[in-house]
Amino acid sequence: MYSEKVMDHFMNPRNVGEIENADGVGEVGNPKCGDIMKMYLKIENGIITDVKFKTFGCGSAIASSSMATELIKGKSIQEAMQITNKAVAEALDGLPPVKMHCSVLAEQAIRKALLDYSKKTGVKIEGLDENEFHEDDLHEIEVED
Amino acid sequence: MEKIIYMDHAATTPVRKEVLDEMMPYFSEYYGNPSSIYYLSNFSKIAIDKARERVAKTINAEKNEIYFTGGGTEADNWAIKGIASKLRDKGNHIITSKIEHHAILHTCEYLEKNGFEVTYLNVDEYGMISLDELERSIKDNTILISIMFANNEIGTIEPIKEIGSIARKHNVIFHTDAVQAVGSLPIDVKDMNIDLLSMSAHKLYGPKGVGALYVRKGIKIDSLIHGGAQEKNKRAGTENVPGIVGLGKAIELAYSELEENTAKLVELRDYMIKNIQNRIPEVRLNGHPTKRLPGNVNICFRYIEGESLLLSLDMYKIEASSGSACTSGSLDPSHVLLAIGLPHEIAHGSLRLSLGIKNTKEEVDFVIDKLVTIVDRLRQMSPLYEKNQEGK
Ligand SMILES: Cc1ncc(COP(=O)(O)O)c(C=O)c1O
Ligand code: FES
Repeated sequence: MYSEKVMDHFMNPRNVGEIENADGVGEVGNPKCGDIMKMYLKIENGIITDVKFKTFGCGSAIASSSMATELIKGKSIQEAMQITNKAVAEALDGLPPVKMHCSVLAEQAIRKALLDYSKKTGVKIEGLDENEFHEDDLHEIEVED
Repeated sequence: MEKIIYMDHAATTPVRKEVLDEMMPYFSEYYGNPSSIYYLSNFSKIAIDKARERVAKTINAEKNEIYFTGGGTEADNWAIKGIASKLRDKGNHIITSKIEHHAILHTCEYLEKNGFEVTYLNVDEYGMISLDELERSIKDNTILISIMFANNEIGTIEPIKEIGSIARKHNVIFHTDAVQAVGSLPIDVKDMNIDLLSMSAHKLYGPKGVGALYVRKGIKIDSLIHGGAQEKNKRAGTENVPGIVGLGKAIELAYSELEENTAKLVELRDYMIKNIQNRIPEVRLNGHPTKRLPGNVNICFRYIEGESLLLSLDMYKIEASSGSACTSGSLDPSHVLLAIGLPHEIAHGSLRLSLGIKNTKEEVDFVIDKLVTIVDRLRQMSPLYEKNQEGK
């Protein structure tokens, strides 16, 4: 059902854990299936120097979190903002259609952690809007596949 | 194939060698159509007759009360739709439960769209229906009560004999989906006042795609499948002769070994439940502690999700199932776990291990060892676990 890459990231997830005194923390959930993803960022001079995650969810959610952390580590904030759920899924050699929403969780977790950073530091991030995380809207997130 | 540890017998079972051996000649040696009149067809006719007798005997029914079908789902559809259609002029109310298999639930939902009214009985935390609620739900227009013999997910065994008495007292037809029970529990349709009963061969070490519906003599039911005159004009279609032979052999074997197999499975089941509970914190047994199918273990592990649990077990070739939302395709957790009152996040971490006659204590020990490691690994990754540990 899953690609080898997904299984690899599921069995050996990269960057699991927490960052103490993180510069940005984002927690998102899928209210429908009940999954939760939490992302921690360390940001220095506009660069994501460290990232960690914790996920309560299916294999594809865990693999997506792991892949998302790899994709943004060492990148600039603007580069991280470009990461879509589609990019995460592609980097994993694809996800089954019913599991695409799990990768959306990863995209949302990054954005929410960046929003938290922006709020804490006052650094403005282009293209980030607080309203996109409205609880009620989360399950309406458009799934690109 | 690599060696696997199969603990998903509630999903399906392997065909036993004795069963397969008896089926084999009916593929290409005695292949005659049972409806034909020549010599060759006698073999298939006699074989079907023998299978019917074996099935009838094990549930204390008469031979002419057994109709072969294309599986449990068809038997369920037939029972519900066939009675609804036959008794339409008498009433349009059906009583069932919230924890039935989809073969019953979706059939009832279909009838609701077609003018029928359905009461879905609640269950308690163990998955047991209330006889009081059942009796209170019966109305003048009630034509059918359909309650499963034993639940496929949590293994709970319903009070079938008592339900049968209530149905009889109020003169309402009683159907039971016994797909999980046949082969595992003693069944006496006369003593239990059962009017209709569904079974399926692939749950009792027989082949897939064949089952039976028991219809008590005197019960009038419309056909579901129309066509030729097979099964006394009640179920059309050329008989699945090897399949029917397989069902007959499988059911006979199951009941000749019932006592020893039950004793063995109950011991293994209780050993597994006890050891999981002892070795892994924050787990919950779903279903009834004693009134449960001999091979059913169903446990929720807090803070983790069932699909990731199944994937991890599969890395060791341990095959099991889960009622988690993430395995359902629909993103809703199992209706059974919700009906017994589990909150979503706990239902999420459910694992069903259904044991079979070939499973050993060594396998159970191996699985528990792996579970300890897997659950710990997944919990270390879970944001809920972290939150909870902080709170302590
Ligand atoms: C309780 C119950 N009813 C009905 C069915 C359907 O039977 P079958 O797979 O033979 O169609 C199953 C099996 O999945 C079951 O467990
Ligand atoms: S997180 Fe629930 S299906 Fe992937």
